Amino acid sequence: MTVTASRAVKTPADAPETRAARRKNPLRFFILAALLALLLIVIAPLLIIAINAVKSPAEYAGSGPLSLPTSLYWDGIVDFWNRVDFGQKLWNSFVTSFTVAVLGVLLSILNAYALGIGRVKGRLWFLVFFLVANLLPQEVLVYPLYFLSKEVHLYDSLISIVIIFTVIQAAFGTYLLTSVYQEFPTELLDAADVDGAGKWRTLWSVVVPVSRPTLGVLFTFFFIWTWNEFFLPLVFLVSNDNQTVPVALGVLQGDRLMDATMTSASGLIGILPALIFFLVFQRTLTRGITAGAIK
Amino acid sequence: MRRKGYGVFLIPGVLASVLVIVVPLVMTVWTSFTKWNGVGEQRWIGFDNYTRLFEDTLFWSSFSNILLLILAMAVVPTLLGLFLAAVLFDYVGKKFSNRWASFFRSGFYLPQIIPVAVTGILWGWILHPDYGALNMILDKIGLGGLATNWLGEPGSALYSVMGIMIWVQLGYPIVMFMAGLQRVDPELYEAADLDGATWWQRFTRITVYLIRPEFYVVLVTTTIAALKIFGPIFVLTGGGPSNATLVPSYFAYKNFFEKAQVGYGSAISTVLTVLIVVLAFVFLRLQNRAENGRVR
Repeated sequence: MTVTASRAVKTPADAPETRAARRKNPLRFFILAALLALLLIVIAPLLIIAINAVKSPAEYAGSGPLSLPTSLYWDGIVDFWNRVDFGQKLWNSFVTSFTVAVLGVLLSILNAYALGIGRVKGRLWFLVFFLVANLLPQEVLVYPLYFLSKEVHLYDSLISIVIIFTVIQAAFGTYLLTSVYQEFPTELLDAADVDGAGKWRTLWSVVVPVSRPTLGVLFTFFFIWTWNEFFLPLVFLVSNDNQTVPVALGVLQGDRLMDATMTSASGLIGILPALIFFLVFQRTLTRGITAGAIK
Repeated sequence: MRRKGYGVFLIPGVLASVLVIVVPLVMTVWTSFTKWNGVGEQRWIGFDNYTRLFEDTLFWSSFSNILLLILAMAVVPTLLGLFLAAVLFDYVGKKFSNRWASFFRSGFYLPQIIPVAVTGILWGWILHPDYGALNMILDKIGLGGLATNWLGEPGSALYSVMGIMIWVQLGYPIVMFMAGLQRVDPELYEAADLDGATWWQRFTRITVYLIRPEFYVVLVTTTIAALKIFGPIFVLTGGGPSNATLVPSYFAYKNFFEKAQVGYGSAISTVLTVLIVVLAFVFLRLQNRAENGRVR
């Protein structure tokens, strides 16, 4: 009641003043316009791809890449979808990314439980090890992994990709989650002790539920990172049926059968899944990117 | 309080890491001292791969290309992102609304979420010499003379890749810095305003000073990303034309899978790895020092 009253009194006195001050400053709109122009430059490539993906080759040849399509032409997208069996690629990417995200989070939890809460001996060295493991260029691992996977008949199989990325992503997850678990409220752990819960039960019924927001961030990261991975899937997934979306699109580059509109169609359907994840996960993502910074 | 008996929880993680990371790493380092085509006999040749490497002009040019890519992927986006983040947070957020600020942030971040293969398609298409949008635009506004085969000419290919990488990277520092700025006490800005500080003075003395931790994190992660760059090169130029955009990781890839010179490829990756690990430690120290300085 008091709050509304005081605001009601304050607003009329405040508003005209600020409004006048704002009007006096043309710089404001100059800066906004400059930012909008810059944003347009950044987004322009995406817009150009989008308008040309739904343009017929004839119209493209006639009026160029910048005109808006007079009618929507879906054949480029449909042709491309059928030609690369895009549904299959989407499924491969989804299964791989999802499995890696689940297993990677589980592995991170176990590691971080031992390092952050258990304070295992030599934990600083373990942390350094996981940090370095995450920084290593994949080139230094690729040939032995390629060789070993052939030995155990997992070459050209999604399973090998899942195993490798689970470990690589969990290395980052361990690093991040350990710093979160170090700050874990000891009262909760002590309470679980008093209740007679073992370590295993404490982990699943106390630690995991409490840290669910961080785990959500990790899951999102792992999913998107694995979805976008290019190098190792390129080396490992050689047959058409096993390719993920980025590999399928990457190897088609420069294919002589691709004309301008079909190429932009392929670009558009490559962007769409990423865009959808971005919109779905946006909140968790922004939170997560900063979580990494705080250490 | 020290708790005991948590070691078992580390077992799956350590076993998996040994299998996927330690063993391959050791194998690659060992292989770098041998001559091997991937199938036949592996012969120990000592440091021969490394002496060959340091005399190989391609190796040196791949590293000088990386220096330019660090400029495009780490230095320019960090500086530009710092400035834009400050403008968005401190100017747009306050003089307009936070809605506008986060709208711009999402927009600038967009290129970051696009899979690298798609970035390749996108730009390969826009810069295509025959039907690319950029040349057509230049033609239309009467600058047709500037049109060139952007990714296909040795003189322009690397610069084109650099421009594309700035586009890709810009959103990351903006998001990081804007998050960091939220820690800054608004009273500091108000005090500066009262003292009659200009916007630029506030930017250099307060903003830049206070988000040094984020600054180091961004610089180290983007620099390492530049050293590791593979995907964009593979899809945009394939290291060409005539090796103008060759980078170490692609150079290693070619030796592994195209030339079957596995020992030589291993030596290249080993050098790259040493470089990245050393750089990471140097940066971590710098960052620690900066943070301790702040506490004091």
